[in-house]
Amino acid sequence: MTKRFHKTEAVGTVTDKSRRKPVPKKKSALSQIRKCWQLYVLLIPTVVYLFIFHYLPMAGIQIAFRDYKFSRGIWNSAWVGLKHFRTFFESVQFGTLMMNTIKISVYALLLGFPFPILLALLLNESRNVRLKKAVQTLTYAPYFISTVVMVSMLSMFLSPSVGIVNRIIGFFGGTPYDFMGSAKAFRSVYVISGIWQGTGWSSIIFIAALAGIDPQLHEAAEIDGASRLQRIWHINLPGILPTAVIVFIMNCGSIMSVGFEKVYLMQNSMNQSTSEIIATYVYKMGIQKTQYSYTTAIGLFNSLINLVLLLIVNHISKKASEISIF
Amino acid sequence: MGRTRKIRESLDNRIFDGVVTILLTICGLAALYPLLFVVVASISDPVRVNSGDVWLYPVGFQLDGYLQVFRNKWIFVGYRNSLIYTILGTFLNVLVTIMAGYALSRKDLYGRKIFSWFIAIPMWFGGGLIPTYIVVNSLHLINTPVVLLVLGLVSSFNIIICRTFISSLPYELQESAKMDGCSDFGILWKIVMPLSKPIIAVLCLYYAVGHWNDYFSAMIYVSDKNLQTLQVFLREILLLNQNIDLETIEDPAVVALKLQMAQVMKYSLIVVASVPLLIAYPFVQKFFVKGVMIGSVKG
Repeated sequence: MTKRFHKTEAVGTVTDKSRRKPVPKKKSALSQIRKCWQLYVLLIPTVVYLFIFHYLPMAGIQIAFRDYKFSRGIWNSAWVGLKHFRTFFESVQFGTLMMNTIKISVYALLLGFPFPILLALLLNESRNVRLKKAVQTLTYAPYFISTVVMVSMLSMFLSPSVGIVNRIIGFFGGTPYDFMGSAKAFRSVYVISGIWQGTGWSSIIFIAALAGIDPQLHEAAEIDGASRLQRIWHINLPGILPTAVIVFIMNCGSIMSVGFEKVYLMQNSMNQSTSEIIATYVYKMGIQKTQYSYTTAIGLFNSLINLVLLLIVNHISKKASEISIF
Repeated sequence: MGRTRKIRESLDNRIFDGVVTILLTICGLAALYPLLFVVVASISDPVRVNSGDVWLYPVGFQLDGYLQVFRNKWIFVGYRNSLIYTILGTFLNVLVTIMAGYALSRKDLYGRKIFSWFIAIPMWFGGGLIPTYIVVNSLHLINTPVVLLVLGLVSSFNIIICRTFISSLPYELQESAKMDGCSDFGILWKIVMPLSKPIIAVLCLYYAVGHWNDYFSAMIYVSDKNLQTLQVFLREILLLNQNIDLETIEDPAVVALKLQMAQVMKYSLIVVASVPLLIAYPFVQKFFVKGVMIGSVKG
């Protein structure tokens, strides 16, 4: 209601500047807009960029329900409803793709989740400042290695003939194993290398959360004779629980969006039975075989599952611990 | 009684400290060793590397791998392109992010809520790979260097980090500048920017790492070899080479020979490709925690 009032009022201010409203606090919309025109100029690049490269593609999702033809464009291609979704659900690959995607992400989520917390707790307990700094510097570093280099390092270290890992296995009397060419080992290689690369970086948020815990709690507990382990258990862990829950919820929301790049780069003909996931399939069918509508439908289905998972986990967490992201 | 207890406690403490130190050292070494090995292997005799004599320090020092890397024309092209994309791209990214972050931090921005939502929504919803590809295609940006600069011009998440940071600066400074007749552009340039160095450092790092390590958009949107990024050439040399080896695995002699020749160069190439980030890394490291913390407070 007040907005309406402002707008009608604006006309007056435009035509005659001298007849300003006597009450200075209520400014008209137009004069307010005029006053911060420079701020709008600052926003222009962002707004234009987001509109073209994020909002236009969102509108483009409708080709999932059409038979997209380049000549007819997004809006004029024939409407086919759920045809592409049906094709996907009925396809031979559907079951494998779903299982591969879910398995690899659940594996990565469950195994990868505790490590950053443990590292943060350890760093928090250390009284040796220099060691702490050094360990932080070292554990953050792998995060900055590119996926291509990461996968290259994996294939070099895990090479059955000359790789250092197989050399260690050989040293202890085992037989060399071709990790990169094995469908069985694919997920473990993916997850464990992910832990090596991401633990340090992901621990930062928990380190920050630990730094925010009231030191008085620790003092009081110390006076009551609590050991350091007890203090970790009863003060530090509950202290970072909200952060941990939120991180966990966010991770659940991206269960279906496994890092495409790394899987794609690790993929070869020998591990395809476990390494073909929805994202790599979309890339191959969409970009390489130009089945735009079909793959957009698959992508949309994927994002919907993500959204549903996010909502479910968020709901459970809200019920159980009253922590939620919305 | 009380005295013995105190001694016991401090003993417990010392054991605890010892365990923490040992575990942390293991973590640090686990992170370090693979990187160290790559560097050591890159300057060692490939035969000794392959026979497993190299563990901690170089054996049979040589620099042939690096010579091979520097002689390769495509690595040079990729390196040059990636440097240009990274420097130019990061500059544009940070500029646009700060502009938007500053505008959003101003409470007197009319329509602030609408803009906030407009910027936040792409964090949760997106068109996905194919619709984005169609848009890029219809703008005739495929196979141009522009696409690698424009795509990912600004990240909503980074704008929000930046806005939160600028909001935490004392607003009185801006107000008094305004009193003195300073324009909004002037305030941003002369007052906000100099105070925002920590967040600028974090943004530079985030964006620069993204550009330098970008492989996906270069692979999808650019096919001209002369415009390609380093990561794409890295993949061709480091990984596709590897696939050939795997296919000819029946003949061990051929595999061994090929690997030996390729391996020297591969380790060196990894080092050369990672050097720019490793140089920048210590300078911005102290800002990480701050950056992540701001991001987590109001994500």
